Amino acid sequence: MSAPGNERTGSERMGRERMGSREGGVSFRARLAARGIDGTTLLVLPGLLLMLLLFIYPFAYGIADSLSPAEGPWYANYAKFFGDPFQSRTIAATLWLALPVTLVNLALAVPIAFRVRLMKRQRLLTTILVLPITLGTVFVADGLLTFLGPRGWFNHTLIGLGILDSPVKLTNNYWGVFASLLITGFPFSFLLVLSYVTGIDPAIEHAAATLGAGPRRRFWHIFLPLLVPGLAVTFCLAFVQAYAVFPSAVLLGAPSGPTRVISIAAYQAAFEQSDHAYGTAIAIIMGGVELVIVAGVLALRSLFYSGPVAGTKG
Amino acid sequence: MIRDQGLLSKIWRFAVWAVVGLFVLNLLAVIVVVIINSFSTRWLGTWLPAGWTTRWYFSAWKEFQLGSIVLVTFQIAFAVVLISGLIGVMTAYALARRDFPGKRAIILMFLLPLLIPPLTYGIPLATLLYKMGFGGTFWGAVLINLVPSVPFVVLVMIPFVEQIDPRIEAAARVFGAGTTSLFIRVLFPLLLPGMLAALLLVLVRTVAMFELTFLIAGPTTQTLVVSLYYAVFASGVRASQSIDAMAVVYMVTTLIWLVLALQFVSPTQIVARAKQQ
Repeated sequence: MSAPGNERTGSERMGRERMGSREGGVSFRARLAARGIDGTTLLVLPGLLLMLLLFIYPFAYGIADSLSPAEGPWYANYAKFFGDPFQSRTIAATLWLALPVTLVNLALAVPIAFRVRLMKRQRLLTTILVLPITLGTVFVADGLLTFLGPRGWFNHTLIGLGILDSPVKLTNNYWGVFASLLITGFPFSFLLVLSYVTGIDPAIEHAAATLGAGPRRRFWHIFLPLLVPGLAVTFCLAFVQAYAVFPSAVLLGAPSGPTRVISIAAYQAAFEQSDHAYGTAIAIIMGGVELVIVAGVLALRSLFYSGPVAGTKG
Repeated sequence: MIRDQGLLSKIWRFAVWAVVGLFVLNLLAVIVVVIINSFSTRWLGTWLPAGWTTRWYFSAWKEFQLGSIVLVTFQIAFAVVLISGLIGVMTAYALARRDFPGKRAIILMFLLPLLIPPLTYGIPLATLLYKMGFGGTFWGAVLINLVPSVPFVVLVMIPFVEQIDPRIEAAARVFGAGTTSLFIRVLFPLLLPGMLAALLLVLVRTVAMFELTFLIAGPTTQTLVVSLYYAVFASGVRASQSIDAMAVVYMVTTLIWLVLALQFVSPTQIVARAKQQ
Protein backbone atom coordinates (compact mmCIF):
# COMPACT_ATOMS: atom_id res chain seq x y z
CA MET A 1 0.00 0.00 0.00
CA SER A 2 3.04 2.29 0.27
CA ALA A 3 3.16 5.08 -2.24
CA PRO A 4 6.62 5.06 -3.76
CA GLY A 5 8.75 8.02 -2.82
CA ASN A 6 10.37 8.65 -6.17
CA GLU A 7 7.03 8.82 -7.95
CA ARG A 8 5.65 11.22 -5.47
CA THR A 9 8.60 13.57 -5.88
CA GLY A 10 8.15 13.26 -9.63
CA SER A 11 4.63 14.56 -9.55
CA GLU A 12 5.64 17.07 -6.92
CA ARG A 13 8.22 18.47 -9.26
CA MET A 14 5.78 18.48 -12.13
CA GLY A 15 3.27 20.32 -10.03
CA ARG A 16 5.80 22.90 -8.97
CA GLU A 17 6.87 23.59 -12.53
CA ARG A 18 3.32 24.03 -13.69
CA MET A 19 2.45 26.35 -10.89
CA GLY A 20 5.62 28.28 -11.68
CA SER A 21 6.26 28.74 -8.01
CA ARG A 22 9.79 27.47 -7.88
CA GLU A 23 10.97 30.46 -5.92
CA GLY A 24 7.75 30.82 -3.90
CA GLY A 25 8.50 27.84 -1.65
CA VAL A 26 6.28 24.77 -1.53
CA SER A 27 3.23 25.14 -3.72
CA PHE A 28 -0.31 24.15 -2.81
CA ARG A 29 -0.12 21.30 -5.27
CA ALA A 30 3.06 19.97 -3.80
CA ARG A 31 1.59 20.10 -0.34
CA LEU A 32 -1.41 18.12 -1.60
CA ALA A 33 0.89 15.63 -3.27
CA ALA A 34 2.77 15.19 -0.01
CA ARG A 35 -0.50 14.08 1.56
CA GLY A 36 -1.09 11.63 -1.25
CA ILE A 37 -3.37 13.69 -3.46
CA ASP A 38 -2.19 14.15 -7.03
CA GLY A 39 -3.21 13.23 -10.55
CA THR A 40 -3.23 9.52 -9.79
CA THR A 41 -5.44 10.01 -6.76
CA LEU A 42 -7.98 11.78 -8.94
CA LEU A 43 -8.56 8.47 -10.75
CA VAL A 44 -10.66 7.51 -7.75
CA LEU A 45 -13.21 10.20 -8.61
CA PRO A 46 -15.34 8.42 -11.27
CA GLY A 47 -15.79 5.39 -9.01
CA LEU A 48 -16.46 7.58 -6.01
CA LEU A 49 -19.01 9.64 -7.92
CA LEU A 50 -20.76 6.54 -9.24
CA MET A 51 -21.07 5.03 -5.78
CA LEU A 52 -22.28 8.30 -4.30
CA LEU A 53 -24.95 8.60 -6.99
CA LEU A 54 -26.08 4.97 -7.19
CA PHE A 55 -25.51 3.74 -3.66
CA ILE A 56 -25.19 6.44 -1.00
CA TYR A 57 -27.71 8.90 -2.40
CA PRO A 58 -30.49 6.33 -3.06
CA PHE A 59 -29.87 4.91 0.39
CA ALA A 60 -30.18 8.30 2.07
CA TYR A 61 -33.20 9.02 -0.13
CA GLY A 62 -34.73 5.72 0.93
CA ILE A 63 -34.23 6.45 4.61
CA ALA A 64 -35.81 9.88 4.21
CA ASP A 65 -38.60 8.36 2.11
CA SER A 66 -39.37 5.70 4.71
CA LEU A 67 -39.44 8.35 7.45
CA SER A 68 -41.99 10.51 5.67
CA PRO A 69 -45.14 8.39 5.44
CA ALA A 70 -48.32 9.54 3.72
CA GLU A 71 -50.02 9.86 7.07
CA GLY A 72 -49.18 9.51 10.74
CA PRO A 73 -46.00 10.36 12.64
CA TRP A 74 -42.51 10.05 11.11
CA TYR A 75 -42.06 6.51 12.34
CA ALA A 76 -45.46 5.32 11.01
CA ASN A 77 -43.98 2.93 8.41
CA TYR A 78 -41.81 1.23 11.00
CA ALA A 79 -44.66 1.08 13.53
CA LYS A 80 -46.85 -0.47 10.82
CA PHE A 81 -44.30 -3.21 10.21
CA PHE A 82 -43.76 -4.11 13.84
CA GLY A 83 -47.45 -3.71 14.68
CA ASP A 84 -48.57 -6.24 12.06
CA PRO A 85 -47.69 -9.81 13.09
CA PHE A 86 -48.06 -11.01 9.49
CA GLN A 87 -45.19 -8.69 8.58
CA SER A 88 -43.04 -8.70 11.70
CA ARG A 89 -42.85 -12.46 11.93
CA THR A 90 -41.04 -12.50 8.58
CA ILE A 91 -37.91 -11.56 10.56
CA ALA A 92 -38.19 -14.76 12.60
CA ALA A 93 -39.04 -16.78 9.47
CA THR A 94 -35.94 -15.46 7.72
CA LEU A 95 -33.64 -16.10 10.67
CA TRP A 96 -35.17 -19.53 11.21
CA LEU A 97 -34.06 -20.40 7.67
CA ALA A 98 -30.78 -18.52 7.41
CA LEU A 99 -29.16 -19.30 10.77
CA PRO A 100 -29.57 -23.13 10.76
CA VAL A 101 -28.54 -23.36 7.10
CA THR A 102 -25.44 -21.26 7.69
CA LEU A 103 -24.45 -23.32 10.73
CA VAL A 104 -24.98 -26.61 8.87
CA ASN A 105 -22.98 -25.32 5.90
CA LEU A 106 -20.08 -24.30 8.13
CA ALA A 107 -20.21 -27.52 10.17
CA LEU A 108 -19.96 -29.53 6.95
CA ALA A 109 -17.41 -27.25 5.33
CA VAL A 110 -14.74 -27.43 8.06
CA PRO A 111 -14.10 -31.21 8.20
CA ILE A 112 -14.41 -31.53 4.44
CA ALA A 113 -11.98 -28.68 3.85
CA PHE A 114 -9.52 -30.42 6.18
CA ARG A 115 -9.74 -33.56 4.06
CA VAL A 116 -9.63 -31.81 0.73
CA ARG A 117 -6.53 -29.81 1.66
CA LEU A 118 -4.61 -33.11 1.57
CA MET A 119 -5.85 -33.85 -1.95
CA LYS A 120 -3.45 -33.35 -4.81
CA ARG A 121 -6.09 -32.72 -7.48
CA GLN A 122 -8.65 -30.44 -5.93
CA ARG A 123 -9.48 -28.75 -9.17
CA LEU A 124 -12.23 -31.13 -10.35
CA LEU A 125 -14.06 -31.05 -7.02
CA THR A 126 -13.82 -27.28 -6.63
CA THR A 127 -14.99 -26.78 -10.22
CA ILE A 128 -18.07 -28.93 -9.63
CA LEU A 129 -18.80 -27.05 -6.42
CA VAL A 130 -18.55 -23.66 -8.07
CA LEU A 131 -21.35 -24.63 -10.49
CA PRO A 132 -24.35 -23.95 -8.20
CA ILE A 133 -22.84 -20.63 -7.08
CA THR A 134 -22.58 -19.41 -10.66
CA LEU A 135 -25.89 -20.88 -11.82
CA GLY A 136 -27.71 -19.04 -9.07
CA THR A 137 -30.77 -19.73 -6.97
CA VAL A 138 -33.37 -19.50 -9.74
CA PHE A 139 -31.83 -22.32 -11.75
CA VAL A 140 -31.24 -24.43 -8.62
CA ALA A 141 -34.85 -23.87 -7.56
CA ASP A 142 -36.05 -25.02 -10.99
CA GLY A 143 -33.92 -28.16 -10.80
CA LEU A 144 -34.88 -28.94 -7.22
CA LEU A 145 -38.58 -28.68 -8.03
CA THR A 146 -38.17 -31.68 -10.33
CA PHE A 147 -35.49 -33.48 -8.34
CA LEU A 148 -37.16 -33.29 -4.92
CA GLY A 149 -40.73 -33.50 -6.20
CA PRO A 150 -42.99 -36.39 -5.20
CA ARG A 151 -42.07 -38.24 -8.41
CA GLY A 152 -38.50 -37.00 -8.63
CA TRP A 153 -35.25 -38.93 -8.43
CA PHE A 154 -34.75 -38.21 -4.74
CA ASN A 155 -37.97 -39.82 -3.56
CA HIS A 156 -37.65 -42.50 -6.23
CA THR A 157 -34.24 -43.55 -4.90
CA LEU A 158 -35.28 -43.56 -1.24
CA ILE A 159 -38.36 -45.65 -1.99
CA GLY A 160 -36.32 -47.96 -4.21
CA LEU A 161 -33.81 -48.48 -1.38
CA GLY A 162 -36.65 -49.28 0.99
CA ILE A 163 -35.92 -46.30 3.27
CA LEU A 164 -39.31 -44.74 2.59
CA ASP A 165 -42.73 -46.20 1.94
CA SER A 166 -44.33 -43.17 0.40
CA PRO A 167 -42.73 -40.01 -1.01
CA VAL A 168 -41.89 -37.21 1.46
CA LYS A 169 -43.01 -33.71 0.64
CA LEU A 170 -39.88 -31.64 0.12
CA THR A 171 -41.07 -28.85 -2.15
CA ASN A 172 -43.31 -25.90 -1.46
CA ASN A 173 -42.35 -25.94 2.20
CA TYR A 174 -39.51 -25.08 4.58
CA TRP A 175 -37.32 -28.00 3.50
CA GLY A 176 -37.35 -27.05 -0.16
CA VAL A 177 -35.87 -23.66 0.64
CA PHE A 178 -33.48 -25.27 3.11
CA ALA A 179 -32.24 -27.64 0.39
CA SER A 180 -31.71 -24.82 -2.09
CA LEU A 181 -29.75 -22.80 0.48
CA LEU A 182 -27.68 -25.88 1.27
CA ILE A 183 -26.87 -26.55 -2.36
CA THR A 184 -25.76 -22.99 -3.12
CA GLY A 185 -24.48 -22.12 0.36
CA PHE A 186 -22.36 -25.15 1.21
CA PRO A 187 -20.02 -24.78 -1.80
CA PHE A 188 -19.64 -21.10 -0.99
CA SER A 189 -18.72 -21.76 2.67
CA PHE A 190 -16.53 -24.68 1.69
CA LEU A 191 -14.48 -22.76 -0.87
CA LEU A 192 -13.96 -19.90 1.59
CA VAL A 193 -12.96 -22.23 4.44
CA LEU A 194 -10.66 -24.12 2.08
CA SER A 195 -8.84 -20.91 1.20
CA TYR A 196 -8.36 -20.18 4.91
CA VAL A 197 -7.28 -23.74 5.79
CA THR A 198 -4.71 -23.93 3.01
CA GLY A 199 -3.35 -20.59 4.20
CA ILE A 200 -2.20 -22.14 7.48
CA ASP A 201 1.46 -23.10 7.43
CA PRO A 202 1.73 -26.93 7.61
CA ALA A 203 4.91 -26.52 9.67
CA ILE A 204 2.72 -25.48 12.61
CA GLU A 205 0.90 -28.81 12.43
CA HIS A 206 4.20 -30.66 12.12
CA ALA A 207 5.50 -28.93 15.23
CA ALA A 208 2.40 -29.96 17.16
CA ALA A 209 2.68 -33.54 15.92
CA THR A 210 6.36 -33.63 16.89
CA LEU A 211 5.39 -32.63 20.39
CA GLY A 212 3.01 -35.59 20.52
CA ALA A 213 -0.40 -34.05 19.76
CA GLY A 214 -2.88 -36.48 18.18
CA PRO A 215 -5.19 -35.49 15.32
CA ARG A 216 -7.99 -34.40 17.63
CA ARG A 217 -5.77 -32.22 19.79
CA ARG A 218 -4.08 -30.76 16.73
CA PHE A 219 -7.48 -29.72 15.45
CA TRP A 220 -8.91 -28.30 18.67
CA HIS A 221 -5.74 -26.68 20.02
CA ILE A 222 -3.80 -25.69 16.93
CA PHE A 223 -6.02 -25.33 13.88
CA LEU A 224 -9.27 -24.14 15.35
CA PRO A 225 -7.85 -21.11 17.22
CA LEU A 226 -6.00 -20.08 14.05
CA LEU A 227 -9.15 -20.57 11.97
CA VAL A 228 -11.63 -18.71 14.19
CA PRO A 229 -11.19 -15.30 12.50
CA GLY A 230 -11.62 -16.88 9.06
CA LEU A 231 -14.61 -18.89 10.20
CA ALA A 232 -16.26 -15.77 11.58
CA VAL A 233 -15.85 -13.99 8.23
CA THR A 234 -17.12 -17.08 6.40
CA PHE A 235 -20.12 -17.25 8.71
CA CYS A 236 -20.95 -13.61 8.02
CA LEU A 237 -20.63 -13.88 4.23
CA ALA A 238 -22.57 -17.15 4.09
CA PHE A 239 -25.20 -15.75 6.40
CA VAL A 240 -25.59 -12.62 4.23
CA GLN A 241 -26.35 -14.84 1.25
CA ALA A 242 -28.80 -17.10 3.05
CA TYR A 243 -30.49 -14.15 4.74
CA ALA A 244 -31.14 -12.42 1.41
CA VAL A 245 -32.97 -15.52 0.10
CA PHE A 246 -35.68 -14.46 -2.29
CA PRO A 247 -36.33 -16.41 -5.52
CA SER A 248 -36.05 -19.87 -3.95
CA ALA A 249 -38.29 -18.88 -1.03
CA VAL A 250 -40.97 -18.01 -3.58
CA LEU A 251 -40.44 -20.89 -6.00
CA LEU A 252 -39.55 -23.73 -3.66
CA GLY A 253 -41.16 -22.60 -0.44
CA ALA A 254 -44.54 -21.57 0.85
CA PRO A 255 -44.35 -17.83 0.12
CA SER A 256 -47.49 -17.01 2.04
CA GLY A 257 -46.73 -19.34 4.93
CA PRO A 258 -43.62 -20.48 6.79
CA THR A 259 -41.12 -19.29 4.18
CA ARG A 260 -42.56 -15.81 3.81
CA VAL A 261 -39.14 -14.23 4.34
CA ILE A 262 -38.55 -10.53 4.87
CA SER A 263 -37.36 -9.93 1.30
CA ILE A 264 -40.76 -11.13 0.05
CA ALA A 265 -42.47 -8.70 2.43
CA ALA A 266 -40.27 -5.83 1.21
CA TYR A 267 -40.80 -6.69 -2.45
CA GLN A 268 -44.57 -7.03 -2.09
CA ALA A 269 -44.92 -3.73 -0.25
CA ALA A 270 -42.75 -1.82 -2.69
CA PHE A 271 -43.84 -3.24 -6.03
CA GLU A 272 -47.12 -5.11 -5.64
CA GLN A 273 -48.81 -2.58 -3.36
CA SER A 274 -46.71 0.26 -4.85
CA ASP A 275 -46.06 1.69 -1.39
CA HIS A 276 -42.39 2.50 -1.92
CA ALA A 277 -41.99 4.26 1.42
CA TYR A 278 -43.23 1.19 3.28
CA GLY A 279 -41.23 -1.18 1.07
CA THR A 280 -38.09 0.84 1.67
CA ALA A 281 -38.78 0.82 5.42
CA ILE A 282 -38.95 -3.01 5.36
CA ALA A 283 -35.81 -3.17 3.22
CA ILE A 284 -33.97 -1.02 5.74
CA ILE A 285 -35.22 -3.11 8.67
CA MET A 286 -33.96 -6.12 6.73
CA GLY A 287 -30.49 -4.61 6.31
CA GLY A 288 -30.46 -3.47 9.95
CA VAL A 289 -31.24 -6.91 11.39
CA GLU A 290 -28.57 -8.44 9.21
CA LEU A 291 -25.91 -5.90 10.15
CA VAL A 292 -26.68 -6.43 13.87
CA ILE A 293 -25.97 -10.16 13.52
CA VAL A 294 -22.87 -9.63 11.38
CA ALA A 295 -21.53 -7.03 13.82
CA GLY A 296 -22.23 -9.39 16.74
CA VAL A 297 -20.28 -12.23 15.12
CA LEU A 298 -17.39 -9.95 14.22
CA ALA A 299 -17.33 -8.59 17.79
CA LEU A 300 -17.14 -12.14 19.12
CA ARG A 301 -14.30 -12.77 16.72
CA SER A 302 -12.20 -10.02 18.27
CA LEU A 303 -12.19 -12.03 21.52
CA PHE A 304 -10.08 -14.68 19.81
CA TYR A 305 -6.51 -14.77 18.56
CA SER A 306 -5.93 -12.91 15.37
CA GLY A 307 -2.50 -12.85 13.92
CA PRO A 308 -0.27 -14.46 11.35
CA VAL A 309 -1.14 -18.02 10.36
CA ALA A 310 2.01 -18.45 8.31
CA GLY A 311 5.14 -19.53 10.11
CA THR A 312 7.98 -17.06 10.41
CA LYS A 313 11.18 -17.72 8.59
CA GLY A 314 14.61 -17.80 10.20
CA MET B 1 1.01 -32.87 5.63
CA ILE B 2 0.39 -35.60 8.14
CA ARG B 3 -1.74 -38.64 7.42
CA ASP B 4 -3.01 -40.65 10.36
CA GLN B 5 -3.40 -44.40 10.06
CA GLY B 6 -5.54 -45.45 13.04
CA LEU B 7 -8.87 -47.23 12.61
CA LEU B 8 -10.86 -44.26 13.93
CA SER B 9 -9.20 -41.96 11.42
CA LYS B 10 -10.06 -44.37 8.66
CA ILE B 11 -13.72 -44.41 9.67
CA TRP B 12 -13.71 -40.65 9.94
CA ARG B 13 -12.07 -40.27 6.55
CA PHE B 14 -14.63 -42.61 5.01
CA ALA B 15 -17.51 -40.66 6.59
CA VAL B 16 -16.20 -37.34 5.28
CA TRP B 17 -15.75 -38.65 1.76
CA ALA B 18 -19.20 -40.25 1.89
CA VAL B 19 -20.74 -36.86 2.70
CA VAL B 20 -18.78 -35.23 -0.14
CA GLY B 21 -19.85 -37.98 -2.52
CA LEU B 22 -23.49 -37.67 -1.55
CA PHE B 23 -23.44 -33.90 -1.91
CA VAL B 24 -21.78 -33.96 -5.33
CA LEU B 25 -24.16 -36.70 -6.46
CA ASN B 26 -27.23 -34.68 -5.47
CA LEU B 27 -25.80 -31.50 -6.93
CA LEU B 28 -25.09 -33.12 -10.28
CA ALA B 29 -28.49 -34.83 -10.20
CA VAL B 30 -30.23 -31.44 -9.82
CA ILE B 31 -28.48 -30.17 -12.95
CA VAL B 32 -28.87 -33.41 -14.93
CA VAL B 33 -32.61 -33.59 -14.12
CA VAL B 34 -33.13 -30.23 -15.83
CA ILE B 35 -31.18 -31.33 -18.91
CA ILE B 36 -32.98 -34.69 -19.19
CA ASN B 37 -36.39 -33.13 -18.73
CA SER B 38 -35.74 -30.59 -21.48
CA PHE B 39 -35.13 -33.45 -23.94
CA SER B 40 -37.98 -35.70 -22.83
CA THR B 41 -41.32 -36.32 -24.49
CA ARG B 42 -43.00 -37.32 -21.23
CA TRP B 43 -41.37 -37.96 -17.86
CA LEU B 44 -43.46 -38.96 -14.87
CA GLY B 45 -42.31 -41.03 -11.94
CA THR B 46 -39.80 -43.23 -13.76
CA TRP B 47 -36.02 -43.22 -13.84
CA LEU B 48 -35.80 -42.01 -17.39
CA PRO B 49 -38.37 -40.39 -19.67
CA ALA B 50 -40.57 -42.31 -22.08
CA GLY B 51 -38.91 -40.84 -25.17
CA TRP B 52 -36.45 -38.23 -26.37
CA THR B 53 -37.03 -35.12 -28.46
CA THR B 54 -35.51 -31.73 -29.19
CA ARG B 55 -38.77 -30.01 -30.03
CA TRP B 56 -39.02 -28.23 -26.67
CA TYR B 57 -36.05 -26.10 -27.62
CA PHE B 58 -37.81 -24.89 -30.74
CA SER B 59 -41.07 -24.24 -28.93
CA ALA B 60 -39.31 -22.53 -25.99
CA TRP B 61 -37.29 -20.40 -28.38
CA LYS B 62 -40.51 -19.15 -29.97
CA GLU B 63 -42.75 -19.11 -26.88
CA PHE B 64 -40.37 -17.16 -24.66
CA GLN B 65 -38.79 -15.18 -27.51
CA LEU B 66 -35.46 -16.44 -26.30
CA GLY B 67 -33.62 -14.87 -29.22
CA SER B 68 -34.31 -11.35 -28.08
CA ILE B 69 -33.95 -12.25 -24.39
CA VAL B 70 -30.48 -13.69 -24.93
CA LEU B 71 -29.55 -10.61 -26.93
CA VAL B 72 -30.78 -8.24 -24.21
CA THR B 73 -29.01 -10.29 -21.53
CA PHE B 74 -25.70 -9.95 -23.33
CA GLN B 75 -26.20 -6.28 -24.12
CA ILE B 76 -26.85 -5.52 -20.47
CA ALA B 77 -24.02 -7.76 -19.26
CA PHE B 78 -21.46 -6.34 -21.68
CA ALA B 79 -22.45 -2.76 -20.91
CA VAL B 80 -22.02 -3.50 -17.20
CA VAL B 81 -18.66 -5.18 -17.85
CA LEU B 82 -17.35 -2.28 -19.94
CA ILE B 83 -18.42 0.46 -17.55
CA SER B 84 -17.49 -1.32 -14.34
CA GLY B 85 -14.18 -2.42 -15.88
CA LEU B 86 -13.21 1.10 -16.89
CA ILE B 87 -14.27 2.76 -13.66
CA GLY B 88 -13.26 -0.12 -11.41
CA VAL B 89 -9.71 -0.44 -12.72
CA MET B 90 -9.11 3.32 -12.46
CA THR B 91 -10.40 3.38 -8.90
CA ALA B 92 -8.44 0.27 -7.93
CA TYR B 93 -5.27 1.80 -9.36
CA ALA B 94 -5.66 4.98 -7.31
CA LEU B 95 -6.57 3.06 -4.15
CA ALA B 96 -3.63 0.67 -4.54
CA ARG B 97 -1.01 3.32 -5.29
CA ARG B 98 -1.88 6.27 -3.05
CA ASP B 99 -2.53 6.88 0.60
CA PHE B 100 -4.79 9.82 1.11
CA PRO B 101 -7.15 11.10 3.78
CA GLY B 102 -10.53 9.38 3.67
CA LYS B 103 -9.22 6.29 1.88
CA ARG B 104 -10.53 3.93 4.55
CA ALA B 105 -14.01 5.42 4.27
CA ILE B 106 -13.93 4.96 0.50
CA ILE B 107 -12.86 1.34 0.79
CA LEU B 108 -15.65 0.76 3.32
CA MET B 109 -18.10 2.27 0.85
CA PHE B 110 -16.95 -0.23 -1.78
CA LEU B 111 -17.28 -3.10 0.70
CA LEU B 112 -20.81 -2.28 1.82
CA PRO B 113 -22.74 -3.35 -1.31
CA LEU B 114 -21.16 -6.80 -0.97
CA LEU B 115 -22.22 -7.02 2.67
CA ILE B 116 -25.81 -5.85 2.71
CA PRO B 117 -28.65 -7.72 0.97
CA PRO B 118 -29.24 -6.59 -2.63
CA LEU B 119 -32.89 -5.82 -1.93
CA THR B 120 -31.96 -3.40 0.87
CA TYR B 121 -30.25 -1.02 -1.53
CA GLY B 122 -32.09 -2.28 -4.59
CA ILE B 123 -35.56 -1.16 -3.51
CA PRO B 124 -34.71 2.51 -2.82
CA LEU B 125 -32.51 2.65 -5.93
CA ALA B 126 -35.21 1.08 -8.11
CA THR B 127 -37.79 3.50 -6.68
CA LEU B 128 -35.52 6.39 -7.60
CA LEU B 129 -34.80 5.02 -11.06
CA TYR B 130 -38.53 4.60 -11.73
CA LYS B 131 -39.09 8.21 -10.70
CA MET B 132 -36.41 9.35 -13.10
CA GLY B 133 -37.99 7.37 -15.93
CA PHE B 134 -35.41 4.58 -16.06
CA GLY B 135 -37.94 1.92 -15.02
CA GLY B 136 -37.99 -0.98 -17.47
CA THR B 137 -35.30 0.55 -19.65
CA PHE B 138 -31.98 -0.81 -20.77
CA TRP B 139 -29.99 1.82 -18.87
CA GLY B 140 -32.02 1.25 -15.72
CA ALA B 141 -30.97 -2.40 -15.73
CA VAL B 142 -27.35 -1.44 -16.41
CA LEU B 143 -27.26 1.21 -13.66
CA ILE B 144 -28.71 -1.05 -10.97
CA ASN B 145 -26.25 -3.81 -11.89
CA LEU B 146 -23.29 -1.43 -11.60
CA VAL B 147 -23.81 -1.12 -7.83
CA PRO B 148 -22.41 -4.56 -6.97
CA SER B 149 -20.15 -4.82 -10.05
CA VAL B 150 -17.96 -1.75 -9.62
CA PRO B 151 -17.00 -2.59 -6.00
CA PHE B 152 -16.37 -6.17 -7.10
CA VAL B 153 -13.91 -5.07 -9.80
CA VAL B 154 -12.24 -2.62 -7.40
CA LEU B 155 -11.72 -5.20 -4.67
CA VAL B 156 -10.48 -7.85 -7.11
CA MET B 157 -8.12 -5.44 -8.89
CA ILE B 158 -6.47 -3.80 -5.83
CA PRO B 159 -4.23 -6.83 -5.09
CA PHE B 160 -3.42 -7.16 -8.79
CA VAL B 161 -2.23 -3.55 -8.95
CA GLU B 162 -0.33 -3.85 -5.69
CA GLN B 163 1.73 -6.76 -6.95
CA ILE B 164 3.09 -4.68 -9.85
CA ASP B 165 6.37 -3.17 -8.77
CA PRO B 166 6.08 0.65 -8.89
CA ARG B 167 9.70 0.79 -9.99
CA ILE B 168 8.61 -0.61 -13.36
CA GLU B 169 6.45 2.45 -13.83
CA ALA B 170 9.29 4.69 -12.64
CA ALA B 171 11.64 3.03 -15.14
CA ALA B 172 9.17 3.64 -17.95
CA ARG B 173 8.99 7.29 -16.93
CA VAL B 174 12.78 7.55 -16.95
CA PHE B 175 12.83 6.25 -20.52
CA GLY B 176 10.44 8.98 -21.48
CA ALA B 177 7.02 7.32 -21.43
CA GLY B 178 4.14 9.73 -21.07
CA THR B 179 1.06 8.91 -19.03
CA THR B 180 -0.78 7.48 -22.05
CA SER B 181 2.00 5.23 -23.26
CA LEU B 182 2.72 4.22 -19.66
CA PHE B 183 -0.83 2.99 -19.34
CA ILE B 184 -1.08 1.35 -22.75
CA ARG B 185 2.38 -0.21 -23.01
CA VAL B 186 3.34 -0.96 -19.40
CA LEU B 187 0.38 -1.15 -17.06
CA PHE B 188 -2.22 -2.59 -19.40
CA PRO B 189 -0.25 -5.71 -20.40
CA LEU B 190 0.73 -6.33 -16.77
CA LEU B 191 -2.84 -5.93 -15.54
CA LEU B 192 -4.43 -7.88 -18.37
CA PRO B 193 -4.70 -11.30 -16.65
CA GLY B 194 -6.24 -9.72 -13.56
CA MET B 195 -8.61 -7.59 -15.62
CA LEU B 196 -9.76 -10.53 -17.74
CA ALA B 197 -10.45 -12.56 -14.62
CA ALA B 198 -12.32 -9.75 -12.89
CA LEU B 199 -14.36 -8.84 -15.96
CA LEU B 200 -15.30 -12.43 -16.80
CA LEU B 201 -16.49 -12.90 -13.24
CA VAL B 202 -18.53 -9.70 -13.49
CA LEU B 203 -20.02 -11.05 -16.70
CA VAL B 204 -20.99 -14.34 -15.01
CA ARG B 205 -22.40 -12.50 -12.00
CA THR B 206 -24.42 -10.07 -14.12
CA VAL B 207 -25.90 -12.81 -16.28
CA ALA B 208 -26.87 -14.67 -13.09
CA MET B 209 -27.91 -11.58 -11.07
CA PHE B 210 -31.59 -12.03 -10.36
CA GLU B 211 -32.66 -9.78 -7.48
CA LEU B 212 -31.56 -6.41 -8.85
CA THR B 213 -32.45 -6.93 -12.50
CA PHE B 214 -35.82 -8.29 -11.41
CA LEU B 215 -36.66 -5.03 -9.61
CA ILE B 216 -36.14 -2.82 -12.64
CA ALA B 217 -36.71 -5.06 -15.68
CA GLY B 218 -39.63 -4.30 -17.94
CA PRO B 219 -41.14 -6.48 -20.68
CA THR B 220 -38.40 -5.64 -23.18
CA THR B 221 -35.48 -5.68 -20.75
CA GLN B 222 -35.93 -9.02 -19.05
CA THR B 223 -32.71 -10.96 -18.81
CA LEU B 224 -32.66 -14.73 -19.11
CA VAL B 225 -32.67 -15.36 -15.38
CA VAL B 226 -35.62 -13.03 -14.81
CA SER B 227 -37.63 -14.70 -17.59
CA LEU B 228 -36.73 -18.07 -16.14
CA TYR B 229 -38.05 -16.93 -12.75
CA TYR B 230 -41.34 -15.79 -14.26
CA ALA B 231 -41.65 -19.04 -16.19
CA VAL B 232 -41.05 -21.21 -13.11
CA PHE B 233 -43.30 -18.94 -11.07
CA ALA B 234 -46.16 -19.50 -13.49
CA SER B 235 -45.34 -23.16 -14.07
CA GLY B 236 -48.43 -25.10 -14.99
CA VAL B 237 -49.17 -22.52 -17.67
CA ARG B 238 -46.46 -24.01 -19.87
CA ALA B 239 -44.99 -27.47 -20.24
CA SER B 240 -42.23 -28.08 -17.71
CA GLN B 241 -40.00 -29.33 -20.53
CA SER B 242 -40.28 -25.97 -22.24
CA ILE B 243 -39.25 -24.17 -19.04
CA ASP B 244 -36.33 -26.55 -18.56
CA ALA B 245 -35.24 -25.97 -22.15
CA MET B 246 -34.99 -22.29 -21.28
CA ALA B 247 -33.09 -23.20 -18.09
CA VAL B 248 -30.58 -25.17 -20.18
CA VAL B 249 -30.12 -22.19 -22.52
CA TYR B 250 -29.49 -20.04 -19.44
CA MET B 251 -27.07 -22.60 -18.04
CA VAL B 252 -25.06 -22.70 -21.26
CA THR B 253 -24.83 -18.89 -21.49
CA THR B 254 -23.55 -18.74 -17.90
CA LEU B 255 -21.16 -21.66 -18.05
CA ILE B 256 -19.37 -20.50 -21.22
CA TRP B 257 -18.06 -17.50 -19.32
CA LEU B 258 -17.35 -19.54 -16.21
CA VAL B 259 -15.17 -21.94 -18.22
CA LEU B 260 -13.32 -18.95 -19.69
CA ALA B 261 -12.91 -17.36 -16.25
CA LEU B 262 -11.53 -20.59 -14.83
CA GLN B 263 -8.59 -20.25 -17.26
CA PHE B 264 -7.42 -17.29 -15.21
CA VAL B 265 -8.53 -18.03 -11.64
CA SER B 266 -9.00 -21.12 -9.54
CA PRO B 267 -12.52 -21.88 -8.29
CA THR B 268 -11.45 -21.05 -4.73
CA GLN B 269 -10.52 -17.54 -5.81
CA ILE B 270 -13.96 -16.90 -7.27
CA VAL B 271 -15.35 -16.78 -3.75
CA ALA B 272 -12.30 -15.91 -1.74
CA ARG B 273 -10.29 -13.26 -3.49
CA ALA B 274 -12.96 -10.59 -3.64
CA LYS B 275 -14.07 -11.24 -0.11
CA GLN B 276 -10.84 -11.48 1.80
CA GLN B 277 -10.31 -7.97 2.98
